[in-house]
Amino acid sequence: MFLFRLKRTVKLGSKSLWMHKLRSTLTALGIIFGVSSVIAMLAIGEGASQDAQEKIAQLGSHNIIIKTVDPPDDQSSGGQQQTMKEYGLTYADAERFRNGIPNVQVIVPNRRLSQQAQYRTRRVAVEVVGTVPWFPEISNVRVKYGRFLSTTDMHYKRGICVVDEKLVRDLFGFDDPLGQDVKITSDYYRVVGVVTEQASDKAANGFEDKDATGAKKAGANLGCVYIPLNTARNRFGEMSLQISAGSRTFEKVELQEIIVKVSEIDLVMGTRKSVETLMSRFHKKSDYEITVPLELMRQAKEFQRIFTIVLGSIAAISLLVGGIGIMNIMLATVSERTREIGIRRALGAKKRDIIFQFLSETLILTLSGGIFGIFLGSLIPFLVTHFGQMRTVITTGSLVLAFGISAGVGIIFGLYPAYRAANMDPIESLRHE
Amino acid sequence: MQEVDKIADFSNDNDTPILMMERLCKNYQLGTVELRVLREIDLTIKNGEYVAIMGPSGSGKSTLLNMIGCLDRPTSGDYFLGDQNVAELEDDQLSLIRGARIGFVFQSFNLINQLNVIENIEVPMYYQGFTEDESAERAKELAIMVGLGDRFGHRPSELSGGQQQRVAIARSLANDPLIILADEPTGNLDSESGSEILSILHDLHEQGKTLIAVTHDEGIASGAERVIRLLDGRIKNQEYNKR
Repeated sequence: MFLFRLKRTVKLGSKSLWMHKLRSTLTALGIIFGVSSVIAMLAIGEGASQDAQEKIAQLGSHNIIIKTVDPPDDQSSGGQQQTMKEYGLTYADAERFRNGIPNVQVIVPNRRLSQQAQYRTRRVAVEVVGTVPWFPEISNVRVKYGRFLSTTDMHYKRGICVVDEKLVRDLFGFDDPLGQDVKITSDYYRVVGVVTEQASDKAANGFEDKDATGAKKAGANLGCVYIPLNTARNRFGEMSLQISAGSRTFEKVELQEIIVKVSEIDLVMGTRKSVETLMSRFHKKSDYEITVPLELMRQAKEFQRIFTIVLGSIAAISLLVGGIGIMNIMLATVSERTREIGIRRALGAKKRDIIFQFLSETLILTLSGGIFGIFLGSLIPFLVTHFGQMRTVITTGSLVLAFGISAGVGIIFGLYPAYRAANMDPIESLRHE
Repeated sequence: MQEVDKIADFSNDNDTPILMMERLCKNYQLGTVELRVLREIDLTIKNGEYVAIMGPSGSGKSTLLNMIGCLDRPTSGDYFLGDQNVAELEDDQLSLIRGARIGFVFQSFNLINQLNVIENIEVPMYYQGFTEDESAERAKELAIMVGLGDRFGHRPSELSGGQQQRVAIARSLANDPLIILADEPTGNLDSESGSEILSILHDLHEQGKTLIAVTHDEGIASGAERVIRLLDGRIKNQEYNKR
């Protein structure tokens, strides 16, 4: 009975909307744009958020990254002078983390150097990473073929290396890198494995940009050569010479980076505090920086939330405007059809029949606007991704939300005109010309 | 339909009054002035009667008709439709009575312009919960009955005045009402179509419908069984025409 009535009311409503095609279309446009902007904005926001979070997640959500930074000069450096700077993380720091902090699973000390690598006659700039065998466990680097460094390599300070895919492309071309020798400075290293590329530097929002100490790092995207940490220590020493603007500075840096992996995600923030305490006790200069990807992720999420609220509100305002447009048109329709209302009332329509009739017209208008808006709203992010190279993600939630809002707008803005129609005096409306 | 039966339970016995008004008054507030449109009307109409209500304009004919048609409620006094006091009914119940028990025929036809002949006739049935098939079938029967068998799909604007009024009569019959209220049914028609409409109304009365018509037309009045003359909101006199 109810369904049958609903069907007829919808039929009646569509019919009278169809009679004013242009008016109905223009009115629905307000909702179409409102809904599509809600979907598009949420999709762009969501895309940006997922992008950022994924990149942060590549740094490892269980990790705490401690990095060497060049401390601000404490004494005035004047003119041409040769100075010796000693700063940064030390092997002793790594040892302290291993022994002094509970719940720490793996510690990866890293030594990063910018060098030139040569294979046969080709030379390219590379980043040499002196690291430990368990590096892949806590970074996003995965072994493609061959093997990674082993503890034996570490122990005997072997002259071997593992290269990443980028370097394979840059340096070896179509040759099989396994078993080949790569020359870095004056030493040769035999390639024993190939690994995937690490997350690009841009990914970490520039957190890895300060890695280079030996030379200025021009291209951020360098291929990586991984060699055993002990080998690096042995062959490159801890000194490097920096020549800039006529001044020569010797720098002594033991380690560029230590990554601490915490066993449980809940303990990350606590462990960060322990690391800070430990570092501040042994480092008087602020020559280190602690990065917690988890914290970044939380910040990114919080930022994202605000971003979504702002975008959503803008879109909601356009929906509101659309809704007001609908209400305006419905009020006009009601007064235009006063006589029809009077006739219907005289012929047995109850107030709620009239309410139902006009409300259903508004709802048909807004819901069909909502459906078209969903199509348009799904198209916009697609175009943004295609032409703007921006990631967009349309979630089912945003579609449901947009559709729900358009239904809500229909009910809220349709109720008053419908109510007004129902409460007109039948006798007066019958006399209405 | 059962819901309606409870509200307005009319017997088909021809001698029982179908409606009864006792000291019925209707006032309208016009600014600070109170306009007394109907003053202490006492009126009884029996089932199956044909009554014409006449009077100069401003005498309260239309208000009386609206009152009978449950479009309005009295300010004071009682109005019994069957054994139901209309003054006590809710708005929804009044709608129900209008839809199921009363058929309206207006001077200006009052068809809905967007709807075609069949759809217009269907309107009252729509509110009484007929199924689509039932109401379409009945609407067609009624349209044929009033002589519009070849005009099902026409809009009111495509019909002559007489044809429009026939649609309105068909519509008033849709729910098989007990009372048909006609407000100047021939007022907007030429004499030829007017007399056609009159003969249709007359036939309906013959079939046992109670017919109450407001009119200026002495022709209608002479065809009625009883003529009620109003003046200044009061019943001036009532006369029974001899058959």
